[in-house]
Amino acid sequence: MTEQSLAGLVPRLTEICGHDGVITDPMELRTYESDGLAAYRCSPGLVVLPSTAEEVASVVRACAAAGVPFVARGSGTGLSGGALPSADGVLIVTSRMRAIIEIDPASRRAVVEPGVTNLAVSKAAQPYGLFYAPDPSSQQICSVGGNVAENSGGAHCLKHGFTVHHVTGLEIVTPDGELTWLGDGTGTAPGYDLLGAFIGSEGTLGIVTKVVVRLTRIPQAVTTLLAAFETTGHGGAAVSAIIGAGILPAAIEMMDALSIEAAEEAVSCRYPEGAGAVLIVELDGPDADVRAETAAVRRLCEQAGAFEIREAADPAERVAIWTGRRSAFAAVGRISPAYIVQDGVVPRTALPEVLDRISALSAQAGIRVANVFHAGDGNLHPLVLFDDASAEQRAAAEELSGAILDECIAHGGSITGEHGVGVDKSRYMPRMFGADDLDTMQLLRCAFDPAGLCNPGKVFPTPRMCGEVPGVRRGPHPLVASGQAEIF
Amino acid sequence: MPMTADMQLGGSGGSSPRGIAVPAPLRAACAQVRPAGPADAVAGVEPGYVAAPADVSEASALLRAAADLGLAVVPRGTGSRLHWGYPPARCDLVLETTRMNRVVEHASGDLVATVQAGVQLDELAAALGAAEQRLALDPPGGGTVGGVLATAAAGPLRLRYGMPRDLLIGITVVRADGTVARSGGKVVKNVAGYDIGKLLSGSRGTLGLITQATFRLHPLPAGTAWVAADCAAAVDAAKVIATAMESPASPVSVELDWPGADDPVRVCVALEGDPPGVAERAVALIRLLEPNAVSVSVLAERPAWWGAGPAARRDGTVLQIGFWPGDLGMVLAEIRSAAGAAGLDPAVGGSAAAGAVHAAALPEADPAAVASFVAVLRDRMGHAHGPPARANVVVLHAPAEVSALVDLFGPVPSLPLMRAVKHQFDPAATMAPGRFAGGI
Repeated sequence: MTEQSLAGLVPRLTEICGHDGVITDPMELRTYESDGLAAYRCSPGLVVLPSTAEEVASVVRACAAAGVPFVARGSGTGLSGGALPSADGVLIVTSRMRAIIEIDPASRRAVVEPGVTNLAVSKAAQPYGLFYAPDPSSQQICSVGGNVAENSGGAHCLKHGFTVHHVTGLEIVTPDGELTWLGDGTGTAPGYDLLGAFIGSEGTLGIVTKVVVRLTRIPQAVTTLLAAFETTGHGGAAVSAIIGAGILPAAIEMMDALSIEAAEEAVSCRYPEGAGAVLIVELDGPDADVRAETAAVRRLCEQAGAFEIREAADPAERVAIWTGRRSAFAAVGRISPAYIVQDGVVPRTALPEVLDRISALSAQAGIRVANVFHAGDGNLHPLVLFDDASAEQRAAAEELSGAILDECIAHGGSITGEHGVGVDKSRYMPRMFGADDLDTMQLLRCAFDPAGLCNPGKVFPTPRMCGEVPGVRRGPHPLVASGQAEIF
Repeated sequence: MPMTADMQLGGSGGSSPRGIAVPAPLRAACAQVRPAGPADAVAGVEPGYVAAPADVSEASALLRAAADLGLAVVPRGTGSRLHWGYPPARCDLVLETTRMNRVVEHASGDLVATVQAGVQLDELAAALGAAEQRLALDPPGGGTVGGVLATAAAGPLRLRYGMPRDLLIGITVVRADGTVARSGGKVVKNVAGYDIGKLLSGSRGTLGLITQATFRLHPLPAGTAWVAADCAAAVDAAKVIATAMESPASPVSVELDWPGADDPVRVCVALEGDPPGVAERAVALIRLLEPNAVSVSVLAERPAWWGAGPAARRDGTVLQIGFWPGDLGMVLAEIRSAAGAAGLDPAVGGSAAAGAVHAAALPEADPAAVASFVAVLRDRMGHAHGPPARANVVVLHAPAEVSALVDLFGPVPSLPLMRAVKHQFDPAATMAPGRFAGGI
């Protein structure tokens, strides 16, 4: 696209979104140059701030008519560059679409606009004894629309599931600018499950303008335990024992020595001294069940070698236990000038082996790795620490990151558990999927966005051409024509 | 269908010669291909051949050969739900998955199992049960893993565990042109790439053949209790269900059974977990439910009607009514009112707290009356709100005389997008053509 065609769009976009809804000033545009993954930066050609679904549709129609690419952005907290703008395109920011349209407590449903923050939904539902289960760690600021794009999880998705399990309907603007509904809020809408396919498509199939979410009853009881072990191996054994006992905690998180050290320095979380690993186990459900499970988890942790176990006595203590874990990403910033967060997943039972391997790779490369992970579902967040002043260290850190993902793939895992592929990991997709797999996925893209204007350059390393496909066969039946059918 | 006249001259399948011999490319693709017989009919349409591939590579070769020959293909598992939907517009080859019946991997420590599409749910349950685990799917009529996915069939456990797609974490499919593709994987937490498994779920064979699936498993509960409440009227049953859902009892299933307009409405709530905890919750729940019920009791076993309601009927017309759970009272009233106006008295029941009930009209019901029932019900439920519609009425299966009179799927949002998806995956429209919504 030329700058001219973009500039030519400004009057039309101003007509749609108003003067204060279109940003053209280069300095202001720069504030949108990256999402939560600042390693990728690109100033958008234009930013629009629509206030309604109809405005989003009009903006998209204008872009489609002009052949200008467009990217949707919620709060910009994504960690894979999924909302990285196009220099020659329009960035559609949903921050003005923040209405909670309806809470239907009897149906356990809420209808919200895409710019509403994740936590705002739970807060609005709380008076009815309900909450919105997906809880990404950015939940105070991340938007529900972004959650839909990324199929966000969170620490509690081990038990409660991901965004796709809690969204029953979406109003979207298709890449050619049509407003339509995917699903009807029931979970049994007729036709293909385009709703399920759309969630997690990272903004490449259209733009969400309304979301119907399923709300969950706030559990009667919650217990949070912190168990300290000498090594991650001991902690891992405790995790296996818990799952093996048929207990499904709401969350099981682990931190290794280096990440504990960082968290201690950053937020003085006062985790047990000398811990080589801490495990946070949260159990929720009916009182009696949680009581029984808590006793069992304590016993299993002790048997696995826990030298100290704490149980939160009240919500404040629960927050204290979680503080170290929640601050871990930011905290490593204190012990290293720069770091890469990886998001690979391995089958839970392969965790000990993969952790050993990461430790060997780390020693080999001379690059430190702090491990924070969702131990219950095998989702690793290795924090690869390096000095960004050194090009050599940067290269080594990137290579180590790639090697860790290779380990995940080799163990039958995934390159991303919750952060998405975005621009950051699209180059790894061919390591996880074959050409036919990627080609098949992109058939969906071709059905929704044949022109390839909607968040281009994300998820897939090479776009598929969406040329005309052959039509229905005509003429004599091929069996007859080829003489392959013999008639008795 | 090609050469119908010749086929009618043929025998009755098996090894006896029929109208046409199996085309050489199909025989080359798969060792087990035979001419079809009347028992192979798909919703009344008799195919030419039946092929049973041993594995995904035979399935791929078969679909490639079928595509070259321009044959219309209908996938089949055990056929439990093959009568769902419209009869196929064409049906040349039935592709049967029952030989692909291996549990490929049960990673019990990871609570994950990978199974071939032809594995039957009860066989799988037995294999997983040995490790005190289960795939939390209990659709009436069982069937194969592939069939359950393709029809999005669910039972009472849907309240807690959702639909088949909610437990599916990886899939292998063969496209109409024989291309084999995977998506997802064998870890529960995974957002890499588009989720083709969701797209194929409920697609009724129209987008491709499912050959393998990987599921998230759950531990078998240590204890289960059923709290049964008999109610005098539907409005009371709706209150009982709302109370159970607002209570701390944490139901895993809530089922409703209402055999006829003049019958009492029965509700049963299943609780699972630590046995003493379950017992405690059941007792507490009784007290909460009593004000709106004629009688409430704790059962040691599920009631006889559990999973045997209208959804389990294989004949007649069965409607699936999806709605927002808070609308239950209104939905039950509208069903009875629309049915009564049409002179029908259908059995009604299902996963009421999850927003899905079924209604069954008998095979001998007047087709025009059934069609009127469906139309009036859609009209009443569609007028209240929208968009989103908040409710839908899908005819799962019906006698030919009924399906000729009604749109089985009703209004479908985003039908143009669905057609575009179908066109991308199956441009020659050879996969189960005409069976699905909007003529797909």
